[in-house]
Amino acid sequence: MRALLIRDLRLAFRAGGGFGLGLGFFLILCVLIPLGVGPEGDRLASIAPGILWVGALLACLLSLDRIFALDWEDGSLDLLATAPLPLEGAVAMKALAHWGVTGLPLVLAAPVLGVLLHLPQAAQGGLVLSLLLGTPALSVIGAFGAALTVGLRRGGLLMSLLVLPLYMPTLIFGAEVVRRSAEGMATGTPLLLLAGITAGSIAALPFAAAAALRINLR
Amino acid sequence: MLQVTGLSVARGGIAVLEGLSFHLAPGRALVLRGPNGCGKTTLLRTLAGLQPPLQGTISAPAETLAYASHADGLKPTLTVTENLGFWSEIFGTGAAGVARALDIMNLRALAARPAQNLSAGQKRRLGLARMALTGRPVWVFDEPTVSLDAASVALFAAMVRAHLAQGGAAVIATHIDLGLAEAETLDLAPFKARAPADGGQAGAFDEAFT
Repeated sequence: MRALLIRDLRLAFRAGGGFGLGLGFFLILCVLIPLGVGPEGDRLASIAPGILWVGALLACLLSLDRIFALDWEDGSLDLLATAPLPLEGAVAMKALAHWGVTGLPLVLAAPVLGVLLHLPQAAQGGLVLSLLLGTPALSVIGAFGAALTVGLRRGGLLMSLLVLPLYMPTLIFGAEVVRRSAEGMATGTPLLLLAGITAGSIAALPFAAAAALRINLR
Repeated sequence: MLQVTGLSVARGGIAVLEGLSFHLAPGRALVLRGPNGCGKTTLLRTLAGLQPPLQGTISAPAETLAYASHADGLKPTLTVTENLGFWSEIFGTGAAGVARALDIMNLRALAARPAQNLSAGQKRRLGLARMALTGRPVWVFDEPTVSLDAASVALFAAMVRAHLAQGGAAVIATHIDLGLAEAETLDLAPFKARAPADGGQAGAFDEAFT
């Protein structure tokens, strides 16, 4: 399983591998919003939690179809399915690699981009913590959506439609953590709910995604 | 080693082969022949465990089979050694497996080259070399000699022969003569599935949910 993780990370960092795609999108969004909305600090600060979380979510969505599509096209998904590695483990490792390439850079870049959006200093901790807890769920749910639509030509749109409703709880509680910490309120409840969504997704969805892959490979 | 009894296989919910039975002993190879579209690939995918048979049994568990499909499953930005190294870790055969696979298909000189810079025949050789590091007893090949020149076909035949000599077995779907003395030929044309009107299997479009 470690071999698969290392291979996927290596592929992502090689030319054309897609590392930085999500991060670049997130960066562009956070630079453009103040230009579009105007420079008033109060107005930006009030929308910053939502913008940062929507941006992270869309950045994640951008690279989802690559999780399985490339392996499906070159035949390595067939070979992986017949390898000694359990397909559930392969799905989990590919989701983890996706998070390492997309989610983790967003977590690290978010404080800097929060400054661009006048996010109050008090909310920085909440932002990083909520993204750290929430983005793994985005990758795992996305891997499930990618597994459902693997093999479909131009399946990206269908995958977005399938995945976006499943992303909503993560988005709602993630943005709520940031908003509450910006206003100095207690953040325990949304953080716990966010962590619960992530834990539940990680526990259940690799099995669902592997089942979907097995059916799609027939 | 591999006993197939009364096997029917389907593609896209339509039966393509039925009533297929054969036995494969250690040290033997089975060459599948038949016109395009007769179900060779579907049969091989069923043997490999990628899809369930419509009817019949396959005695060997899918874990004893190594499958080489039409596609080589290579990553263009990884080098030859990295491509093989990944599969050797997955199959648990380590660096020795990589070295053996490099030698067996004469890939030493290309070891540090990214797979995207290889020619079609070299890619095929790399894809086939992967089989040598799986460590599994039954090898299943789907059209292995596509885009190979005569010398590479000979390399491939030698690799299969060495595997058979060690007590392995192979099922090979191919249109050319590999010159394998150990091989029996099975023509798939007589096993073509009958239409449902003639008593054949009805289409099973809900096969995904069985």
